[in-house]
Amino acid sequence: MSKNNKSRRNFIAGAAATTGLVAASSFIPTRFAIGAKAPIKVGILLPYSGTYAMLGNSITNAMKMRIEQAGGKMGGRPIDYIAVDSEMSVPKAPQNTNKLIKKEKVDFLVGPVHSGIAAAMAKIMGQLKSPIMIVPNAGSNAVTGPLCAPNIFRTSFSNWQPAFPGGVLMAKEGHKTCVTISWKYGAGIQMMAAGRDGFATMGGKSVKDILLPFPNVEFQAHLSEIASLNPDCVFAFFSGGGATKFLKDYEAAGLKDKIPLYGPGFLTEGVEKAAGSAAEGIKTTLHYASNLDNRENEKFRADYNSAFGSNPNVFSVQGYDTGSLLLQAAAAVGGDVESTADVISAMESSSIPDSPRGPWSMSKAHNPIQNIYLRQVENGEQKLLGIAAEALEDPADGCKMA
Amino acid sequence: MDFATFLIQILNGVQYGFTLFLVASGLTLIFGIMGIINLAHGAFYMIGAYLSFWLFGMSNSLWVAILVGLPIMVIFGYAIERLAISFLYKRDHLYQVLLTYGLILILNEMQKILWGSDFYSVPVPEFLSASIPMGNQEYPVYRLFVSLVCMIVAAGMYVVIGKTKLGMMIRAGATNREMAQALGINISRVFAIVFSLGAALAGFSGMIDAPLSSVYPGMGDFILIISFVVIVIGGIGSVKGAFVGAMLVGLADTFGKVLVPEFSSMVIYALMALVLLWRPQGLFGRPS
Repeated sequence: MSKNNKSRRNFIAGAAATTGLVAASSFIPTRFAIGAKAPIKVGILLPYSGTYAMLGNSITNAMKMRIEQAGGKMGGRPIDYIAVDSEMSVPKAPQNTNKLIKKEKVDFLVGPVHSGIAAAMAKIMGQLKSPIMIVPNAGSNAVTGPLCAPNIFRTSFSNWQPAFPGGVLMAKEGHKTCVTISWKYGAGIQMMAAGRDGFATMGGKSVKDILLPFPNVEFQAHLSEIASLNPDCVFAFFSGGGATKFLKDYEAAGLKDKIPLYGPGFLTEGVEKAAGSAAEGIKTTLHYASNLDNRENEKFRADYNSAFGSNPNVFSVQGYDTGSLLLQAAAAVGGDVESTADVISAMESSSIPDSPRGPWSMSKAHNPIQNIYLRQVENGEQKLLGIAAEALEDPADGCKMA
Repeated sequence: MDFATFLIQILNGVQYGFTLFLVASGLTLIFGIMGIINLAHGAFYMIGAYLSFWLFGMSNSLWVAILVGLPIMVIFGYAIERLAISFLYKRDHLYQVLLTYGLILILNEMQKILWGSDFYSVPVPEFLSASIPMGNQEYPVYRLFVSLVCMIVAAGMYVVIGKTKLGMMIRAGATNREMAQALGINISRVFAIVFSLGAALAGFSGMIDAPLSSVYPGMGDFILIISFVVIVIGGIGSVKGAFVGAMLVGLADTFGKVLVPEFSSMVIYALMALVLLWRPQGLFGRPS
C-alpha cells in the first residue's frame, strides 16, 4: 500500500496546488502568473503497484533525476508532478487520462508502460490539441502508426524496432529455419511478426509461430513440439517472470545447446540473475546495453546508482530521456509551454545528444530514430557485441504524419 | 506428431496434472469439508514459493527450506483460520468470497513489502539437476521427481482420509456437520486442522514448484483459476475427483496447445463445460 499512498499523497498535493493556482489566477492576469513562474504541470500515468511496479518506479526515478540535475526547473519554471497509479488497468485508462487532462489540466502527460493503456490514451489525445503526451515505454506500433498525432511523442521504442534486427541477425548467423514463440497479446504478436519479417527479408523461413495465452507459463508442451520440429533457431519474446521461466525450461529441455535462442532484448533484460546459466550466451537486440561505452552512460549509471542504490535498466534510460526531452522543449519556448504548437515543433526537431543509449532523434511519426545494439549475456551481465542496426527508424505504417 | 513425441506429450500432460493436483487437492479439501470457498489458496501457493526462495537464501538447501517452511505454512494457515475464517462458517458463501479475496490483496501487498516486485529463482537441487535424453529432447529429472512427490502426497492423503481416525472425523464432518458434532467430534478443531493442512499443501506446492516456475508477484492468480477448473470438473469436495480432474486438465491443456493452438486457451474451459453438461455435480461430486 505504501506506493499507492505515496502517489495518492502526490495527487492530493497536486490537487491542493491546483486549487491554489485557480484561486490565484482568478484575480491575477495570466501573463503575470507566468512572469511569477507558475509551475509547469507534468502528469504521470504509470504502474506503481502490481507486477510492473518496478518499471513505473524506474521511469519516474530517472525522469525526476534528470530534471533535478538541470536545477529542478523547466524553462525557468518550477514543476508540479501529479502521479497516478495506472494499476495496469486498461478499463481505468480513459478515466485516469481524463482526470489528468480535464481536472488537473496538465501541460504534459507522461505514460504509460502498457500498450493497451497507450492505445486508450492515444485515442483520447488524438482528439485534443493539448496537452502533449510522452510515452516512456509502451511499444505498441500503433501509437506512432495509425494512432499517431501531433501531440503524441515516444521516447522508448516501437515493438518493431528491437525485434526486426533480431530476425535479421538469425539469418546473418547462418540459420535458414526458425520457430517463433511468444504470448498472444499486443507486444508479443507485434514483436513476433517483426522478428519473423526480419528473418524473411534475409531469406529465412519460420516453420511455426506459437502463441501462448497471456500470461501462461506452462511451456513444456511447446518445448517438446520445438524439439520435434527441430528448426535451426528459435525467436522468442517473453519478459519478466515469464522470460525467466522460459529460459530455464528451454535449458532444462536440453534445447539450449542444440537450437540457438534469439529474441528482442527484453527476453534477457533484468532476468540475468534469476535465470543464471539458462540466460548465459543468449544473443538479443535492444536499444540499450548496460555497458555501452560512452561518457553519458557512465555518468548516468553512477548518478542513478548513488541516488537510488540500484543499477538502472533500459526503463530508467527511457525515463531519463523523457526528462531530457521535456527540458529541451521547455527551454526552446522559454518556459511558455502553454504555446502547444511551439512546444510540438521544438520536440519534433529535437535530438537527444546526451542519452545513455547514444544519440537519437525524433522521427516524423514522433518515435526515436535510434541504434539497436547486439548484446550477449556473459557471466550474468549484458555484454555489448556491436550495433545490430544503426539509426533504425520505425516504418510507422499507417501514420499520416510520416 | 511421431509416436515418441506423442509419448513425451503424454508425460508432459501427466506431469502438469500432478502439480495441479497438489494445489487443487487443498482447495477441494477446504471446500468439501468446511464449505469455505478459499480464493486466497493461490496466494498461499505464492507465499510458499517466496518462503522457499527466502529460506533457500539463508540455508542454501531446498530441503531445509521445505522442512522449515512447512511448519510456517501450517501455523500461518492455523492463524488465518482462527483469526478470520472461523467467524464466517455460518455466513453465506458471498462473505467468505469477500474475506478471502481481501486476503489475496493483503498477502500480495505483504509479499511486495517483504520481497519487493522483482522476480527470483530457486536452483534445482544438485543431484536432481540432470536431464535424461528422451526422443529429440531431454527431460529434466526434477520434473519427474516432482511428479513422484505428488504421487506420494496423493497416496498419503488417500491413507489419512480413508484409513485413519482423523480421516474418519473429517469425512464425518464433511457428510453431516451437525451429526458429527452430536457424536462428540470437536468440529471446530477438525476445521482448523483441515484449513492448516490445506494451506500447507498449497504452500508445499509453491515451494516444490519454485525451482520450475521461478518466483514472482501474482504467481498464484493463474494457478488459482486452473485449480478451480480442476475441482469443478472433478466434483467439488472430492479428493479423488481433484486427482482425475487434474490429470484431465493437464492432458487437455498439453494436447490443446499442440493440436489446436488457436483455441488452446479455451480447451480446458470447454472440457469443463462438457463435463458440467453431462454431470452438473462434476465427475465424483455428490448431487446436491
